Amino acid sequence: MRSFSYERATSPGDAAAAAVGIANAKFIAGGTNLLDLMKLEIETPAHLIDVNDLALDRIDETADGGLRIGALVRNTDLAADRRVRRGYGVLSRALLAGASGQLRNKATTAGNLLQRTRCPYFYDTNLPCNKRTPGSGCAAIGGFSRQHAVVGASDACIATHPSDMAVAMRALDAVVETVRPDGTTRNIPIAELHRLPDDSPEIETALQPGELITSVTLPKPIGGTQAYRKVRDRASYAFALVSVAAIVQPDGSGRVALGGVAHKPWRIEAAEAELPDGAKAVTARLFADAKPTRDNAYKLPLAERTLTAVLREARA
Amino acid sequence: MTTISLDVNAETHQLELDNRTTLLDALREHLHLTGTKKGCDHGQCGACTVIVDGRRINSCLTLAVMHQGDEITTIEGLGTPDGLHPLQAAFVEHDGYQCGYCTPGQICSAVAVLAEVKAGIPSHVTADLNAPVRLTNAELRERMSGNICRCGAYSNIAEAISEVAGRSA
Ligand SMILES: Cc1cc2nc3c(=O)[nH]c(=O)nc-3n(C[C@H](O)[C@H](O)[C@H](O)COP(=O)(O)OP(=O)(O)OC[C@H]3O[C@@H](n4cnc5c(N)ncnc54)[C@H](O)[C@@H]3O)c2cc1C
Ligand code: SF4
Ligand code: FES
Ligand code: FES
Repeated sequence: MRSFSYERATSPGDAAAAAVGIANAKFIAGGTNLLDLMKLEIETPAHLIDVNDLALDRIDETADGGLRIGALVRNTDLAADRRVRRGYGVLSRALLAGASGQLRNKATTAGNLLQRTRCPYFYDTNLPCNKRTPGSGCAAIGGFSRQHAVVGASDACIATHPSDMAVAMRALDAVVETVRPDGTTRNIPIAELHRLPDDSPEIETALQPGELITSVTLPKPIGGTQAYRKVRDRASYAFALVSVAAIVQPDGSGRVALGGVAHKPWRIEAAEAELPDGAKAVTARLFADAKPTRDNAYKLPLAERTLTAVLREARA
Repeated sequence: MTTISLDVNAETHQLELDNRTTLLDALREHLHLTGTKKGCDHGQCGACTVIVDGRRINSCLTLAVMHQGDEITTIEGLGTPDGLHPLQAAFVEHDGYQCGYCTPGQICSAVAVLAEVKAGIPSHVTADLNAPVRLTNAELRERMSGNICRCGAYSNIAEAISEVAGRSA
């Protein structure tokens, strides 16, 4: 690990300002992704701004009946919150399907959204990776790409976003609230938070330098049967090969977002119109532009079957 | 270097540490509390599990400087050779290990699992998110999945924890 200086920020505005005031600074929340990457010198910040004292660890009801989730609310607490369990079951389920009990106790809402890909070539500093070292090439293309993206990828990068929580939040139309170094705040719909790789896979989100996530808001609960189904290599403590977040209404309409298939949670609202016609019609639409590799083509039928199972259970 | 004080097993220690020091390395290398083990150093095995402010975490993925004033409990703080914690005694009784390397992490994790179930925190295998949690074998295995045992002592570990859970229920 490279050496770094360390400070504990005391207000969100100060944290954001400090992040651009000092060269190569980074926020640290739970630290479960950042420190992992710092040990491997994939992340090499010169200064860490610890945001854990920012009092952003509350879940409050909003005026329009939704929830405002502080950026520092731990994954365990968010999954266990009574209001989340009752009104946003898909979110509890997605959180509980991720990582381990120990990690969820540390992992924060903002840190989870901003965790970086688990592409094995991104982790292997001996190999080319455009996300780690822009312009160096992509070892996954033509390499072992079983875990990689089947849709929305580019010639520069075929990595997936590993978060389970983000997939549920996409289905729930969450909005990310931030503060920028100049003190201004803005709201970013979750659909616009994560970017597709295009020719700059090193730029992963819409956040500007120093922009701090302060909270994530959920609109008022929309009811329905909510499910998160995750397919992985072992039954627990593994990342998704494919996952499905679904909210199905009694009239057969609903929402579907997929994890494990793209550089961001994959949802196409227009595909949801096909829900009454079944999973095949929905996934055909979701994967209309899919370009799987030989290794990961299995994800297309797997996603369809997973959605079939989710719909069958939801309608049972 | 940063000077911090760490509260470990009800004792306060002043330490001067490089900012890079993980909580795990502070415990092992600086406080010589070598019960807590380093397996992977990347959050993947659970050997480094300790309890901080009542919650289990991986001490390898957190910095010591982030824990000024927190209450840290390691395996050494749970019980002593003459006064074992009920879970330590149950692991001995049920042979919940072979080499023993994962055991301190398993036991710290198990102590926290019992508290999590008591607090009604659901898990991935909880059928109804809005009903009380019962510690079935499936629940226990899911909740303990962040602790890997290379010797494969899982069934005995599960028995040890179930016995203590049953007693305190
Ligand atoms: C072994 C292992 C298994 C895992 N399995 C899963 C899994 O199955 N599913 C899953 O979804 N995840 C999994 N994870 C990932 C885990 O969920 C993330 O590491 C965690 O959510 C990151 O949150 P954190 O608070 O620790 O982030 P940190 O490591 O503190 O930060 C991550 C990034 O977010 C930035 N950041 C943090 N807070 C803010 C803020 N408020 N504003 C702006 N930027 C911020 C940091 O600068 C950093 O770049 C796993 C991790 C490990 C180690
Ligand atoms: S897929 Fe993306 S993250 Fe993986 S090696 Fe290629 S550029 Fe790097
Ligand atoms: S040493 Fe911390 S999880 Fe393996
Ligand atoms: S007893 Fe050897 S690793 Fe668990």
